[in-house]
Amino acid sequence: MIVLQSVTKRYADTAVVDDVSIELGHPGITSVIGANGAGKSTLLSMIGRLLLVDSGTITVDGLDVTTTRGALLARRLAVLRQDNHLTARLTVRDLVAFGRFPHGRGRLGPSDREAIDRAIDYLDLDPVGGRFLDELSGGQRQRAFLAMTLAQDTEYLLLDEPLNSLDLRHCVQTMRLLRRAADELGKRIVLVLHDINFAAAYSDRIVAMRAGRIHVAGKPTEVITTAVLRQVYGLDIAVDEFGGHPMAIYHL
Amino acid sequence: MIRRIGATPAAVVAGVALTAALALVSVFVGVADVTPGSLLRGGPDGEAALLLAASRLPRTLALVLAGAASAIAGLIMQMLVRNRFVEPATTGTTEAAALGLLVVTVSAPGLPLAGKMAVAIGFALVGTALFLLLLRRLPVRTVILVPLVGLMLGSVIGAVTTFFAYRLDLLQTLDTWLTGDFSGVLRGRYELLWVAFAATAAAWVAADRLTVAGLGRDFTTNLGMHYGRLLALGVTVVATVASVVVVTVGAIPFLGLIVPNIVSLLLGDNARRAIPWVAVVGAAFVLVCDLIGRVLRHPYEIPLGVVVGVVGAAVFLYLLLRSSERAH
Ligand SMILES: Nc1ncnc2c1ncn2[C@@H]1O[C@H](COP(=O)(O)OP(=O)(O)OP(=O)(O)O)[C@@H](O)[C@H]1O
Ligand SMILES: [Mg+2]
Repeated sequence: MIVLQSVTKRYADTAVVDDVSIELGHPGITSVIGANGAGKSTLLSMIGRLLLVDSGTITVDGLDVTTTRGALLARRLAVLRQDNHLTARLTVRDLVAFGRFPHGRGRLGPSDREAIDRAIDYLDLDPVGGRFLDELSGGQRQRAFLAMTLAQDTEYLLLDEPLNSLDLRHCVQTMRLLRRAADELGKRIVLVLHDINFAAAYSDRIVAMRAGRIHVAGKPTEVITTAVLRQVYGLDIAVDEFGGHPMAIYHL
Repeated sequence: MIRRIGATPAAVVAGVALTAALALVSVFVGVADVTPGSLLRGGPDGEAALLLAASRLPRTLALVLAGAASAIAGLIMQMLVRNRFVEPATTGTTEAAALGLLVVTVSAPGLPLAGKMAVAIGFALVGTALFLLLLRRLPVRTVILVPLVGLMLGSVIGAVTTFFAYRLDLLQTLDTWLTGDFSGVLRGRYELLWVAFAATAAAWVAADRLTVAGLGRDFTTNLGMHYGRLLALGVTVVATVASVVVVTVGAIPFLGLIVPNIVSLLLGDNARRAIPWVAVVGAAFVLVCDLIGRVLRHPYEIPLGVVVGVVGAAVFLYLLLRSSERAH
């Protein structure tokens, strides 16, 4: 489990993550939702040790993320940020292969190659596997990053807006893929999502953040309600039900 | 298909063979006649053989070593800074090495060459670290701003160096450090270049790590590596190579800029694949430029730095225009 205890991050005088204590990373998919600036990315970055906490502690399976050896954590937890700018001209295949680095320290064995092939296949990247990243569309690049994270083959996956710039088909495919990874491989996935209906349809748990704090956390039916959405987004949104999942009607 | 070329063993062999051929030509071109024939006639103690051992071989070896190492240093700098338009000469590294060399030449003239080199490396490390710190302070980090900051830092360090060199009447010496010239390469001095070779060999060993560092701090951390340590490793390699080259033959402008850019266009930035090619192309490029410099005004020589500067500026301009085309 990922356990946060009184975690705080400040910029200047504002606490953008404010005294947060929560357990994340249950088996299955946990989605984090919230308005822009609510602190979702900051929270995820701190768990992924990309950002230092100002106070409080974060542990992953009992390992403190600030003191545990990086190589050890890298085999247990993978994190993908919201926006990734790469200037390096790597091929998609090379990039995905680097996801295996924590396992073989750069040497690729047969099982590594298998993991790479599988990740490339899962994300539909076969046709562009030999292309350089700067020759891809935004969505293809995002899928390449996802494939790299997948190839890392960790129990915990932290993904910040993985559906960024994906078309509808690839959004659905990616969510199904994550669902399958959770169900069949026992992955524990935490993702930041803006589309609350994707969150409602695919998550086991939803965490709603507001102004640096956890506003509510619970099952989709407990979080995706008109009342909660009003508090989180400041909008009156009707919530219906479809196929057992709550569906927010927010386009109208 | 062009990007597959680098992957085939045949291409690697061809590249190395071409460079070796260039090196052979380089050995036999010069004012005095050294030809395979004269070598055979004179025997092992003949004039030609002595010339070969004392001057021609060292020169060619120095060209190959300095060319390959400088190009690799450029590649590493570009990966660490994540900017295509930097190399040791545009990040204050070379200037800092020259300042260090000046300081040690004045304050401890009796120090052996290796000691002077160590001091130069120390200065180069500090200069490069300063550049990285400046970059971190930069509020916006555009592609063009990064090399500009480096050039500015380099000019400030260079101005200080020039000022003292002028006061101490060492301007000419300073010039030899900053403009690569291989006409004076002799046995006993070029051997230091093997240190640069060792540094680039270390870079080869750590090639995968350096590539990861080139992806940035977040990717590096996610993959379980310590970004700061990789940065330190890379900077040490760059500072060592730049200093050794300054101390032995003089800096070769543009080399670290053009060669990695050409290789990257064709093969990409995976250091494991790029480093051997950067080394081969760097060596070949320098050998060609040196030959041009030797035959153009025969029997006089044009310093290598000048030839590389002219050829390099043209190639670089082409790359710059090309990359702006690709960006749109
Ligand atoms: N480096 C920084 N310096 C100052 N403030 C920052 C910095 N990074 C983030 N912030 C602020 O912290 C707050 C939380 O940012 P964060 O990126 O965590 O939001 P988010 O919930 O991920 O939003 P979004 O949905 O837009 O991605 C924002 O108000 C942001 O302006
Ligand atoms: Mg965010």
